[in-house]
Amino acid sequence: MNPPLLSVRGLRTVFPTRRGPVVAADDVDLEIAEGEALGIVGESGSGKSVTFLSVLGLLRPPGRIEAGEILFAGRDLRRLPHAELRALRGRQMALAMQDALSALNPAFTIGTQVTETLLTHRIAPDMRAARAQAAALLTRVGIPAAAERLDDYPHQFSGGMRQRAMIAISLAARPRLLVADEPTTALDVTLRAQVLDLLDTLRREDGLALALITHDLAVVAERCPRVMVMYAGQVVESGPTEAVIARPRHPYTRGLLESLPRLEDPDRPLHPIPGQVPDLARLDPGCRFRNRCGMAIAECAAPVTLQPAGEGRLSRCIRAPEMAP
Amino acid sequence: MTASRLLERLFQTLPVLLGVSLIVFLMITLTPGDPVEIMLADSRATPEQAAVLRHDLGLDRPLPERFLIFLGRALTGDFGISFFHRRPVWDVLVERLPATIELTLAAILLALAVAIPLGVAAAVKRDTWMDRALSAISLFGVSLPGFWFGILLILLFAVQWGIFPVGGRTSFDLEVARITGFLLIDTLLAGRLDAFGAALRHLALPAITLGLPTAALLARVVRSAMAEVLTSDYVLFAEAKGLSRGRVLLRHALKNALIPVVTVAAIETGSLLGGNMIVETVFGWPGLGRLVVESIFARNYPLVQAAVLFYAVTYVVLNFVADLLYTGLNPKVRL
Repeated sequence: MNPPLLSVRGLRTVFPTRRGPVVAADDVDLEIAEGEALGIVGESGSGKSVTFLSVLGLLRPPGRIEAGEILFAGRDLRRLPHAELRALRGRQMALAMQDALSALNPAFTIGTQVTETLLTHRIAPDMRAARAQAAALLTRVGIPAAAERLDDYPHQFSGGMRQRAMIAISLAARPRLLVADEPTTALDVTLRAQVLDLLDTLRREDGLALALITHDLAVVAERCPRVMVMYAGQVVESGPTEAVIARPRHPYTRGLLESLPRLEDPDRPLHPIPGQVPDLARLDPGCRFRNRCGMAIAECAAPVTLQPAGEGRLSRCIRAPEMAP
Repeated sequence: MTASRLLERLFQTLPVLLGVSLIVFLMITLTPGDPVEIMLADSRATPEQAAVLRHDLGLDRPLPERFLIFLGRALTGDFGISFFHRRPVWDVLVERLPATIELTLAAILLALAVAIPLGVAAAVKRDTWMDRALSAISLFGVSLPGFWFGILLILLFAVQWGIFPVGGRTSFDLEVARITGFLLIDTLLAGRLDAFGAALRHLALPAITLGLPTAALLARVVRSAMAEVLTSDYVLFAEAKGLSRGRVLLRHALKNALIPVVTVAAIETGSLLGGNMIVETVFGWPGLGRLVVESIFARNYPLVQAAVLFYAVTYVVLNFVADLLYTGLNPKVRL
């Protein structure tokens, strides 16, 4: 098998705060191969966005990477000079954001914002070519009469069109990796399917590697062969999506699944996970989920590592073997 | 902005101007002191002669009537005769205006040229020693009294070191034919670089006196606007596109951050016109501000009235310009 396009080892990202350092991503390992889609699931504050902002080199100060290795196409991004990292960004690895209304600059036309990427990375030789390509890109994401709408401002687009325009900008330079941070949360069901279909197509035809950050397990089940569940800055479970969803090996994953309504059993009572995420500035070395976990025992206060849990997956729970059916 | 919106804005200004006229009229007529006595102070006029002059100037009529006469004439562009100059007020104003506009524009441009880079730098280096130093300096700058600062600059740069002239608009031997009234333009039109240099050197200290406190204020506005914009998603997204740091800061962030700055700058320009009175007096700058100060002392009613009305109109127009610029920068308003 080819080496993965993106490989992260032992990533540790810290935000100093007045109450002490917050480790927003703690010892995170992950791999994404070309043409693969990895779903990253977890509630807000679980570290899923921070992990990928670290990968893209877009952490806002005072946040910084303390340890770890980020290999992209064989190059260690942490050792790359700023200029080279910037040349990769947008060109080889791109970001799609949750809220297009705030991700698009209100003061520039859609056309300007698409052509900017094309011209910066010299994908189009001049403005005329860039505008033609921009129109083609917008058409591809399903914006009608795209050529005439290049000079529209973001607020003149509908919500769905804005979201698709934003994704078109992310994909403008045909990146090899797309980090999509809740890209479809703001869309209605039809549009969501359209956008996800487009990403699937790019994945199959162009070998786009996709990191799909979401809290929507249904989207992951449908679109991502592999999934990684994060909780309080750590990966708690990862593996083939089908196995993880059918037979979770971590109580948090099981809790997430049980808190979802099911189509085939609409009358089943929902079980929200009780309690709250622990304060990240006040962590002890033990399992971070144990204060909310129905299976917690005294031994959970000791440090827990990710362990193989069968079917090609990893779990950060000492009682994982007992969860086998 | 549509034509109807434009008209609406213009109509909104009418009551403002009417109110300003009335207040100025009342203030100046109720202030003790009689222009006729001041005008005749050095000639031995009899009380009869004084009465004739008072009648000729219309000062013996009742106040409401005088106000209505003023308003009626003002509407036709006739602001009366300046008691002091014995010439139409309008002509006197127009003569002095370019000097004041030149000084005000120089001051606001200087202020923006200083404020934008410093404000951006402070926002980018937020919470560092540089940010704190800049904000301490700007607090100091905002609190500077103009007359004191002007005198200090004269003492240091003109008297002590002789780098800049003490006052005035140019040197006597370097005057050029008046074409626009803007000395920087007229000297260039006359092809006299030496005179242009002299005009620029005369302009420097008053422009700094007027401009630096404004720069301090604007720098604070730039900093806070920029700091807010820098945390926005669209700046992150622009960075994610792989744009250069300069392009992200100066295009994506600054264009949005300038929206509040432009509004404040336009309103500050209006205040600068008022601040001119002090600075023009300190530097002997032959502009409108000094003329108004002299006219107040001389109880030169028509001129003060016209000048204050002019200030009010300018203020309103500048606010209007701010709106137009705002529309240019912020496409969301363009509906």
